[in-house]
Amino acid sequence: MSILVTDTGFAPDNWAEPIVTLGVANDATALDVPSDADPATIPLCDGLQLIRVDFPSSADGRGFTIARQLRLRGFTGRLRARGHVLADQYAMARRSGFDEVEISKELAARQPEDQWRFRANWRENDYQTRLRTHKPAKA
Amino acid sequence: MYSYTDFDAAFLKERNAQFRAQVERRIDGSLTEDEFKPLRLMNGLYLQLHAYMLRVAIPYGTLNSRQMHKLADIADKWDKGYGHFTTRQNIQYNWPKLRDVPDMLDALAEVDMHAIQTSGNTIRNVTADHFAGAAADEIADPRPVAELIRQWSTDHPEFQFLPRKFKVAVTGSPNDRAVTRAHDIGLRMVTRDGEAGFEVIVGGGLGRTPMIGKVIREFLPRADLLPYLEAIVSVYNLLGRRDNKYKARIKITVHENGLDDFRARVEERFALIRPQFTGVDQQMLSAIEAEFAPPVFRDAPVTAFEDARRHYPAFRSWADTNLTEHRAAGYAIVTVSLKAHGATPGDATSAQMRLMADLAKRYGHDELRISHEQNVILPHVHKSDLPSVYSALAAAGLGTANVGLISDIIACPGMDYCALATARSIPIAQEIATRFEELKLEHDIGPLKIKISGCINACGHHHVGHIGILGLDRAGVENYQITLGGDSTEDAAIGTRAGPGFSAEDIIPAIERLVRAYLELRSEPAETFLQTYRRLGLEPFKAALYPEARANAA
Repeated sequence: MSILVTDTGFAPDNWAEPIVTLGVANDATALDVPSDADPATIPLCDGLQLIRVDFPSSADGRGFTIARQLRLRGFTGRLRARGHVLADQYAMARRSGFDEVEISKELAARQPEDQWRFRANWRENDYQTRLRTHKPAKA
Repeated sequence: MYSYTDFDAAFLKERNAQFRAQVERRIDGSLTEDEFKPLRLMNGLYLQLHAYMLRVAIPYGTLNSRQMHKLADIADKWDKGYGHFTTRQNIQYNWPKLRDVPDMLDALAEVDMHAIQTSGNTIRNVTADHFAGAAADEIADPRPVAELIRQWSTDHPEFQFLPRKFKVAVTGSPNDRAVTRAHDIGLRMVTRDGEAGFEVIVGGGLGRTPMIGKVIREFLPRADLLPYLEAIVSVYNLLGRRDNKYKARIKITVHENGLDDFRARVEERFALIRPQFTGVDQQMLSAIEAEFAPPVFRDAPVTAFEDARRHYPAFRSWADTNLTEHRAAGYAIVTVSLKAHGATPGDATSAQMRLMADLAKRYGHDELRISHEQNVILPHVHKSDLPSVYSALAAAGLGTANVGLISDIIACPGMDYCALATARSIPIAQEIATRFEELKLEHDIGPLKIKISGCINACGHHHVGHIGILGLDRAGVENYQITLGGDSTEDAAIGTRAGPGFSAEDIIPAIERLVRAYLELRSEPAETFLQTYRRLGLEPFKAALYPEARANAA
């Protein structure tokens, strides 16, 4: 079981439905998106409730732009970052439009909950909020 | 000058606390070395050959005396009493200890300074014309816009893990002193039908694949700047190559996809992003502009300057090379050379930093600048104060009259410090400067830019030197290649390789042959090296560099 990180800390994954790989079906309720996906071509169907974006490496920042683009295209469902995301990247993920981060048990053991909670104040000290009309990450 | 808002100060305090925790978490194993590396790089901490190096941002090259004093204090307390000013308007400390770095960052924060995004695959310290706000040829001061870009790019959540580093430069003058065409994004402030805006240049860069930037937008209205920058970097973040670090810069992305394709993607992305910016950024820009209001210049006679110039040859020589025309009558822009013959280009001791700070405070409206040519500038000095300024500088070893001349060399740290270097750069710069000082020829030679890089990554900008020198490793032996005809200005050009390289011993005589050939070839003393090269081409210079080849052919 993987661990879900939100502003309140660690919790077990509460998404029970299957998550379909992008390109396999067009009417999925949950989509798995790889880090090399073009966010402009991801189908945003009415029934789509969750999109999970893969982070193969903490040095690969494409997922942040994918999330931002999905929000700009109007996706208001649940947006999840999954994989090698560090506690240090939690604020970036939230500010880019993700709601939550899914990490492995191993990573959670190495970077325990307090290290993630340390970044739960991501709404503060944010230049982007200052520079534009603030839109909450989730409408 | 810009001073931090409460927001800036609170941001920096939090950021420094985060980095302090990251250092602790690296030590306790929460972060692996691979995970920690990009985090320390985005906080300015780089691992060199012998030790860590802390690269501190001097945004758009502007600082005040209090900040310069702090840089000197840091050099004394946590380093070896000196600092190195770089081609990107940063200062580098070469010997900090990892444990001390959080304290160094807190010390910087006391004077509104940081080391954020001076390294790593991030949007780097934004650079600008070092004569901004003072130059007679300026259309508009680029620093308010540069400060806006600093705020926009700082900790931008999408752009902390880009495919590769990303450099932005801004100029407000038609005479480009910010090398905008050799940046990932170059911005030239222009007006069209009375409306202020930017020419946007993308995909320039030096390194192993030098490219001159291409114009992606001829005219971008001022208010569109941040969303347009965001569109470019956003497209690059997804499209830029991550499979090969040597092909990861935006210049390759633009080259491989074509400018038209890249532009179309950017325009599409821009349309999506633009509505996010509702004008708050422009209000902030207006507030920033007010902070850069020019100082109150005084109207006073300049007879002291003219007398000194008439009577003291050393002062005259310095005044003739190290001063630039100021926009205000009776004022001059002073370039303090950090290129004393035989010294390390760009190095300043803490005592020298303090002296320059004190002179800025007393005579220079409390402003200093760092140039990409690794010199320090006092942008606003009344001419009547110049004799006093010169005397104080000369007494501290800072009175070298060589700005723009052959010994005003840009050199990267090279193998003396850098883990990437394949050859030494600093000793070559020192030997060239010393040799031409012996010959007493440099004032006769006139404007000539030599730029030296100790490896193919081109931190010494050799591609855009009138004479470029690239140090390589050939089977364990240093080998120096010469390029000719490079230019970093608005007429930007990449230099042409002259031929086979030279050993460390032979490179100095080769440069001397080259320069002596120029003195023979120039049509008149006023014709510069670059002009002569452009008129005659490579051949006569090649003949001077390789006399044996000509002898063999004969």
